[in-house]
Amino acid sequence: MNAQLKWKFVLILIVLLLCIFGVIGLPTSLAQLRENVADRIHLGLDLKGGSHLVLQVQLQEAIGQHCDETVDELTRQLHAKNIGFGEIRRVDDTHILVRNIESTSTSAFRDLVNSQFPDWTISPAAGENNGYELTMKPSVIAEIRQTTMNQTLETITRRINALGLTEPTIAFTGRSDDEILVQLPGVGDPTAAKEVIRAGGQLQLVRVVDGPFSSEPEALAKYGGVLPPGTAILPGRSESAGPSQTTGPVYYVLDKAAIVTGQDLRNADAGPSPDSPGGYEVDFKLSTAAAGRFGTFTEQQAAIGGRMAVVLDRQVYEAATIKSRIEDSGRITGGFSEQSAQDLALVLRAGALPASIKYLEERTVGPSLGADSIREGVRASIVSMIVVMIFLVIYYRLSGVNAVVALILNLMILLACMAYLGAVLTLPGIAGVILTIGMGVDSNVLVFERIREELRNGKVAAPAVDTGFDRAFLTIIDTHVTTVVSAIFLFLFGTGPVRGFAVTLVIGLIANVFTSIYVSRAIFDYHLSKMDRQAQLSI
Amino acid sequence: MELFRGVNVDWMGKAKYFVTLSLLLLGIGWISIYYRVVVKHGTLYGIDFRGGTLVYVRFAGPPPMDKLRKGLEQAGLRNSTLQGISDTENLGSKNKNDVVIGLEQSGSDESLDTGKQKILGVLETTFGNSSAGLPDFNSVSTSDLAGDLTRRDPLLLGTNAGDRYNQLAQHLTAARDSDYGGIVTNSDQLSHVQGVTPAVIQTLARDYTLGGFTIRDAEIVGPRVGSQLRHQAVWATLYALGGMLVYIAFRFEWVYGAAAVIAVFHDVLITLGFFSLFHYEISLTVIAALLTLVGYSMNDTIVIFDRVRENLRLMKRESFPEIVNRSINQTLSRTILTSGLTFLTVLVLYLMGGAVLRAFSFAMVVGVVVGTYSSFGIAAPIVVVWNKYHGGRQQRMTVRAGSAAEKRVVAAARR
Repeated sequence: MNAQLKWKFVLILIVLLLCIFGVIGLPTSLAQLRENVADRIHLGLDLKGGSHLVLQVQLQEAIGQHCDETVDELTRQLHAKNIGFGEIRRVDDTHILVRNIESTSTSAFRDLVNSQFPDWTISPAAGENNGYELTMKPSVIAEIRQTTMNQTLETITRRINALGLTEPTIAFTGRSDDEILVQLPGVGDPTAAKEVIRAGGQLQLVRVVDGPFSSEPEALAKYGGVLPPGTAILPGRSESAGPSQTTGPVYYVLDKAAIVTGQDLRNADAGPSPDSPGGYEVDFKLSTAAAGRFGTFTEQQAAIGGRMAVVLDRQVYEAATIKSRIEDSGRITGGFSEQSAQDLALVLRAGALPASIKYLEERTVGPSLGADSIREGVRASIVSMIVVMIFLVIYYRLSGVNAVVALILNLMILLACMAYLGAVLTLPGIAGVILTIGMGVDSNVLVFERIREELRNGKVAAPAVDTGFDRAFLTIIDTHVTTVVSAIFLFLFGTGPVRGFAVTLVIGLIANVFTSIYVSRAIFDYHLSKMDRQAQLSI
Repeated sequence: MELFRGVNVDWMGKAKYFVTLSLLLLGIGWISIYYRVVVKHGTLYGIDFRGGTLVYVRFAGPPPMDKLRKGLEQAGLRNSTLQGISDTENLGSKNKNDVVIGLEQSGSDESLDTGKQKILGVLETTFGNSSAGLPDFNSVSTSDLAGDLTRRDPLLLGTNAGDRYNQLAQHLTAARDSDYGGIVTNSDQLSHVQGVTPAVIQTLARDYTLGGFTIRDAEIVGPRVGSQLRHQAVWATLYALGGMLVYIAFRFEWVYGAAAVIAVFHDVLITLGFFSLFHYEISLTVIAALLTLVGYSMNDTIVIFDRVRENLRLMKRESFPEIVNRSINQTLSRTILTSGLTFLTVLVLYLMGGAVLRAFSFAMVVGVVVGTYSSFGIAAPIVVVWNKYHGGRQQRMTVRAGSAAEKRVVAAARR
């Protein structure tokens, strides 16, 4: 064996060892070997079982909220600066109309908007006298969308981690910019997790202006149809009613601005409620800064007999008279079960969602189906591999053994690369593996048929092998590059399953070029170096 | 061993038969699609692409279809479909007690999983034995089971036994899912499980019921996702085909690229026709199968084109159709071998791969045959016909095939 060939075998051996290590690691027992393989080859949900959720973030809400805040802030500033105006109205999520500005103050108004509200562009409103329209800048909209998505992703991640589920995947889907993918392996019934993910978790402690009223119109009527500035009507449950009594919703007039929000929480815990036996409540602690603010507020209100409401996701849970100064703790009651109190505490700890979410897709693969798929898939693959290999050996004799070695090595490299890259094996991925095997067989057959042709044309073994590989080489490169090109496009433009297919295919084909040309050639060369120049090739 | 030696068939002379055959296959398939979609207002799309709800249930015994249908109707799910899947019985699974309950997309804007919850409710009230108030062992998760066992401590391990019970729970659920297909009918079936003692069996028998059904798979796809997935699959495939066309055009000539892409289209269209004929639905996995067959058919076509390119250089005197014929004959042995072996592989997959892979492997079985045939039956004749009307023997191509870059590649391979 010459030196060059020796180095070839050294390289092949190194690749082989790296692959074996990649798939099985360094096991000391059979049980550990199984464990290592299970650790390294990541199976997709379709093979492993679990829940797959796609949810859509209602980005318009976040944008609309920014618009609402601007309306409030602008109203306040106009009052403060004594700029007279007729009306400020939100037209839609991204437009605000300000009508009838005092003709003497229009330039002051423009200055105010330009200096204090950089998120908006100002333009005269069509058909209005001294009316202006504010439009949210596209860059601001894009930024709100982006931050809302990031915050949602982070919040959901925190919540799911708090649920203690193993190996969750939480990511953007990539097929639309407002979607998030959540995969929960091993979760057979996603109902509970879905609730926790979806919970708004927006906690507010606000001053009660008036209420309860039995209906919204009744509350409005008291103020002559126009609410005092900076207040809003929110629904809640009746104060006197226990958890079991359903007296229908009641309505409160509340301050819009909260004294304390969920962001001010230091901790939240579920515990049995001392007031209602068997019931549960959520107790929370405030951060130091918020506690100071809250203390001052409660002290003032206690003096005048003021009331305060606990508002969760725009629903009043509790409205009570403040009896004394409260420093840093509070509680939410409202007929919780142990589970729902724990879920709420978890949601409060993990933080609120910046916008509500809606589920678009939900798939649950039961563990038994996944187990069946793996077993049947693996068994079918092994049976077909064995059939193919037996045929190759019968048809091409010793050279067939060569092809079998190349095929096995090809599979080893494929599995090892997937393990090293942390790629996930899914059903469509198995399709990629099948195409890889098909093309692997094809590459070998191409070479062997070419060698046979050269032998028929009267060449002796060595030159025939040489020409056979050379001729087949171009064909193999063309077929493989074409398929890799298509796989790259599939990866770039496809999602989920299509990508899984593309990844295994690309890895498999690159491995295939290596095994069917480089490795197979090396084995042939080794044979040729051992045998007599005029001897027959076993092909 | 050697088959197909010295074959000499005039393939291009038979091109018109091939085209007739293709048109016939296309016609039959697409008439079937027309009938299903336009006449019967059905769809070829599976749940992935059309949206809706699908619950795949396994029963402990033969599924009581009438009772189930009645229950669904009572729950107001009149538009639900029921399908026993014993007809997809295969060598692998002996279970004939599976039922797929389908529900079309509801127009209203209710919560995504309303349909699923209703179906589960019907199953629970009709077939569940939750009246005892005990949890169902056939639907308990490993972690819940582990927690429960730790609390009850049937092995009397005292505190800190969490790990042991975790393991035990894993063995138990693994046995349930792998050995009994997800449904245990008698708790004594678990006695062989590693680490199980009679005390454990007793605890299980006392604290759990064994429900008469288990949910194998539940899928809910919203309408937006359905159309999105459809678009994305189609566009990804078209881009991929475009990429192939450009590469082949660059390596050969554009007409070769066009011919290969037309042949691949032909394969996909015929396979879709067969899908309709045999009542399979197009799902995301089927898309993967179609992509596989695209790759496979393309591979086959390029092998022949490659040989044509080479022969153009060697055979100066023969006509172009003769060269193509010779190329097909020369590669016939490899074509039949490779196709045969691939066909064998996907056939095994079709017969043994289980229900989940059924539609996928069906596409592959059809695709391998059609893909192989289209290489010589469609792609090659297109190039020949083009050649007849434009340009003589394509000298340009010969030049390009022998370019310096290529020689370097060959030289590198030799090294």
